Amino acid sequence: MNESIGLKAHKVIINEDECKGCGLCIEMCPKDVLFEQPHLNRMGYHPAGYRGEGCIGCGHCFYACPEPGAITVLKKGYVEIEEEV
Amino acid sequence: MAKQLIKGNEAIVKGAILAGCRFFFGYPITPASEIAEAAAYYLPRVGGTFLQAESEIASINMLYGAASGGVRAMTASSSPGISLKQEGISYCAGSELPVVIVDIMRGGPGLGNIAPEQSDYNQMIKGGGHGNYKVIALAPNCAQEMCDLTMLAFELADKYRNPAAIMADGFIGQMMEPVEFPEALPRLEKKEWAIYAEGQDDDKLICSILLDPPELEQHNIKLQEKYAKIRQNEVRYEDYYLDDADFILIGYGVVSRVLQSAVDELRAAGIKIGMLRPVSLFPFPTEHIQHLAERVKKFIVIELSNGQMVDDVRLAVNGAKPVEFYGRMGGVVPTTDEIIANVRKIIEA
Amino acid sequence: MAVTAYKKAASFYESYERKSGLKDVTHYCPGCGHGVLHKLIAEALDDFNATDKTVLISPVGCSVFAYYYFKVGNIQCAHGRAPAVATGIKRVLPHSVTIAYQGDGDLAAIGGNNILQAANRGENITVFFVNNAIYGMTGGQMAPTTLLGQKTTTTPYGRTTANEGMPMKVAEIISQLDAPVYVERVAITDAKHTMKTRAAVRKAIKNQLENKGFSLVEVLSVCPSGWKMTPVQAKQWVEEHMFKIFPPGVYKDESAERDIREANKFIFSTEDIRSKLDIPSQEVIKSQIPQVPERYKDPRMILAGFGGQGILMLGVGLSEAGMEAGYNVSWIPSYGPEMRGGTANCHVNLSTNRVGSPLVSKPTVLVAMNLPSLDKFEDLVVPGGLIIYDSSLINRAPQRDDVEVFAIPATELADKLGNTRVANMIILGAYIEYTGVLTKATVLDALPNFLKKKTMVPLNRIAIEKGIEFARQKMNKS
Ligand SMILES: Cc1ncc(C[n+]2csc(CCOP(=O)(O)OP(=O)(O)O)c2C)c(N)n1
Ligand code: SF4
Ligand code: SF4
Ligand code: SF4
Repeated sequence: MNESIGLKAHKVIINEDECKGCGLCIEMCPKDVLFEQPHLNRMGYHPAGYRGEGCIGCGHCFYACPEPGAITVLKKGYVEIEEEV
Repeated sequence: MAKQLIKGNEAIVKGAILAGCRFFFGYPITPASEIAEAAAYYLPRVGGTFLQAESEIASINMLYGAASGGVRAMTASSSPGISLKQEGISYCAGSELPVVIVDIMRGGPGLGNIAPEQSDYNQMIKGGGHGNYKVIALAPNCAQEMCDLTMLAFELADKYRNPAAIMADGFIGQMMEPVEFPEALPRLEKKEWAIYAEGQDDDKLICSILLDPPELEQHNIKLQEKYAKIRQNEVRYEDYYLDDADFILIGYGVVSRVLQSAVDELRAAGIKIGMLRPVSLFPFPTEHIQHLAERVKKFIVIELSNGQMVDDVRLAVNGAKPVEFYGRMGGVVPTTDEIIANVRKIIEA
Repeated sequence: MAVTAYKKAASFYESYERKSGLKDVTHYCPGCGHGVLHKLIAEALDDFNATDKTVLISPVGCSVFAYYYFKVGNIQCAHGRAPAVATGIKRVLPHSVTIAYQGDGDLAAIGGNNILQAANRGENITVFFVNNAIYGMTGGQMAPTTLLGQKTTTTPYGRTTANEGMPMKVAEIISQLDAPVYVERVAITDAKHTMKTRAAVRKAIKNQLENKGFSLVEVLSVCPSGWKMTPVQAKQWVEEHMFKIFPPGVYKDESAERDIREANKFIFSTEDIRSKLDIPSQEVIKSQIPQVPERYKDPRMILAGFGGQGILMLGVGLSEAGMEAGYNVSWIPSYGPEMRGGTANCHVNLSTNRVGSPLVSKPTVLVAMNLPSLDKFEDLVVPGGLIIYDSSLINRAPQRDDVEVFAIPATELADKLGNTRVANMIILGAYIEYTGVLTKATVLDALPNFLKKKTMVPLNRIAIEKGIEFARQKMNKS
C-alpha cells in the first residue's frame, strides 16, 4: 500500500439514507468520534454523524452497525481510485 | 425383451433409477419400507445417495433441498408418514419443486393397520397441506406400472416443476409380477432455475413466501394455469369393455384388478358391463366420465375407503346418471364374488 | 494484505430488488442483531472467495428474507427444517458452502430434532444459530431460550420453571454429540465479542470448505423490538442476563484434528446401469406353455403353511418358472406382522390370459403344508379343484369329496434328502409332474433365478426331481 498516494487520514462515511439511528456505532466507538445528528433522514431516524477528528480507523463502528451499507470505514492509505477501476 | 419377476416396491426403485433418480430420503414404515430398503441397496451402486432421515418431515425437506439442486430425487412412505409430509409437500408445490413421493397406502385413521386402503385419496388429491395446490398423482395397478408410472412421475414432475405422487397400496407393492424395463433412458437437462453452486445462482430463488397479496395471487394464478395445462395434457386412464357398456365400474389400484375379474365374469353372464380405471388421479379423467355419462345407465365406484374418489366421479357426472358406491375399509379387500354380488344388487335396484 | 477499508461486502446484492419499498436498507428493526451477523457472514464469503458456491437456507423467522440480501443461491424453507433442507442440497452439491441460518424458535423448538440429527450425522454444513431469547417475527412470544422470569407476549407474567421449564442451552447440547467438529457460543455486544463472532463465523465456514464436518455458531443476539428496549439497552441486557445462562465460549473444537478432505462432486452416470440394477439382459421366456389337461389349466393357487416352510419361495418358484414358460403370472404374499411367527400364505396365478385379481378367493389349487392352513382354506377350493397337502405334518385327509386330493409326505421325503426345508421343492416337483402345468426343464432352468442362496441350488434340484419321481410313482399306481 502506497500511503503517499492514498488517504492521508482514516475516513468514515455514513450513508445517512441507510442509517436507522440505532446508536450502536456511537456506543461502540472507542474515541467518541460518532454522534447522533439532530435532523431526520428519509425514514424518520436521527442518523449518525462523524466528526473525523480522533478516529483511529478501528472499524468497530462498521461491525456494530446492522445495515450492510450504512457505514464505510476507509483507512489511512486507502486508494480511492482503486474503486473506480 | 428381458422380463424380471419382481415386487412392485422394487420395480419402483429400479424405475426411479432408470429415470435418473439418484437421491432417496426415507423413513421406515410398513408397507413402504421395502422401497427404502431397495433404494438403500441399489442407489450406492449407481453413485447415488440413500439417506434414512429422522422423520418423514425431515425426509420431505431433504427432498426439498435436493430438488433445489436440480437432481431427480424421491421419497416413499405410507399413510401416517404422508400425513407428516403434507407441510413439506405444500412447500414443494409453492416453490415449484419437482419431487416424487410414493405413497403405499395403508389403513387408517391413526395408526390403523398395514393392510391396503385407499383412504389417502383426499389428502393427496385434494391437498392434505395448505394452499391452492395440486399434486400430480398416478395410481399403478401392477408391478409393470410401478416401474413405468414412477418413471413417468419424474418426467411430469420435471415438465411441470411440480410434485408428483405414486399412489399404490400394500398389495401392489408386495405383489411380484414380470416387469420389462425400458431400454431407452431419459436425457436429463440442466434446469435453469436450479441451484448448482457454480456461480450464476444470484438470480435464482427457491421460495414459497410472497408477502404482497397481489403478488401471491399472481403466483397462485400461475399455478392454476399450470394445473389447467396438466388437466389438458396428462389425463390417463384405462377402459375395459366400455364400448357397449350399460354399467361402468370405476376403481383404481388393486381394486381395478378385482374389478377386471368381476367384469369378465359378469360379461360371461351376459351383462353389458365395463370398467374405467383412472391411472392419473390428478388430473382426473373428468371429461371422459362426462362423455360416458351420456350413454351409460349407471356408474358404480368401488374404493377401499369410505368413498373419496367417488366425489370426483359425482362432480364429473353432475347428476346426469346415478353414481353408486361400494367400499370396504380397514384393509379389507373385496373378493371378486363380493364385488359381483354387490354390483348385481346395484344393477338390479 | 492489511485491511484498508471496511465496507459493504460484495456477497450482498448492490440493491435489494426482491424487497418491496426501499431497496438499500434491510427489513430489520433498528439495532437488530441479524444485520450484524449478516455482515460478518457476507464478509467471510468475500474473503474465502466462496460467494459463487454458497447456498443459503433461510427458514422462518425474521431472517426468512435473508435472500433479499445475500448474492448467493438462496433457498427459503419451512419453519425449523433448514438442517434437513441443507442436508438434501449438500448431498447433491458437496462442493457448495451450505449455510443454515436459524433463529431460536426455528432451531431449538420446532426444528429441534432436525438440528440434532443433522449435527449427529456430521453433515458438512455450517449452522448460524441466532439466540435472541424470543420469537421476533411473530411479535415477541416465548422461545425455548427465553430466560426465567423474562416477560414475553406468551409469558406475560414471566417464564417459570414450573410451566415452561428452563432455557435450552443449544451449544452445550450439540457439543455433547460426537460428530460435530466445532461448536462455539459468541455474542455481538461489544467490539471484543463481535470480533470473536467474526472469527467464529470464519472458522465455521472454513471447516466446511475443508470438508471437516458440522459446525454450529450460537450467536447471542438482540431483539430490541421484542424486548421493548433500545438497541443499546438490549446489548447491556445480553451481557447482564444472557451471559449467565448462556456463557459464551468454545464448547467443542476439533477443527485442528480433523483431516482436510477434497469435496467430491456428485457425478451423474448411467454406465452399466442395467447390470447394476440386476436387470436381466437376456430373453427369459425360454420354453413354451405345455399342453395341460383342462382341469389343471391356468391355476389360481393358494399356498399356505408355517413361516419357515418356504411357502413363499414355493410361490415365487412357480411364478418365476411360469413366467419363463410364457404364462402371465402374479404372486402376492400375506404380509406384515401376520408373517412373524404364525402362518404364511401366498396367492399365485399362472394364466394364459391377462391376470385380473391377483387375490385368489376361489383357488383351483390349494397347497397346505400344515393343518391350520388346510383347516382355513379347504372350503375355498372350487369343486373339481386340487388339494395338495403335506401328509407328514397333516394328520387328517381333506373332508371335501368334490375335489381331487394329492397327499405328499413332503417333509419326510425332504428329511431323507437331509434337509426338511426343501419340502417345498418336493411339492413343486410333484405338482408340476402331476398336473403338467410346467415342464421339469422349465422349472430346473428357473431354479437359479428364484433361489437367493446359490449354494442351495443342487439340493433343491434334487428335491424337485424327488417330487417328480414321487408323483410319477403315484400316478402309475392309480
Ligand atoms: C409451522 C409453522 N408454525 C409457526 C409459524 C409461525 N412462525 C413464524 S416465525 C416464528 C418464530 C420465529 O422465531 P425465531 O426462530 O426465534 O426467529 P426470530 O424471528 O426471532 O429471528 C413462528 C412461530 C410458521 N411460519 N410455521
Ligand atoms: S473507525 Fe473506530 S474510531 Fe473511527 S469512528 Fe469508527 S469506531 Fe470510531
Ligand atoms: S449503527 Fe448504523 S444504523 Fe445504527 S446509528 Fe450507526 S450508522 Fe446508523
Ligand atoms: S423483531 Fe427482533 S429479531 Fe426481528 S427484526 Fe426486529 S429486532 Fe430483529
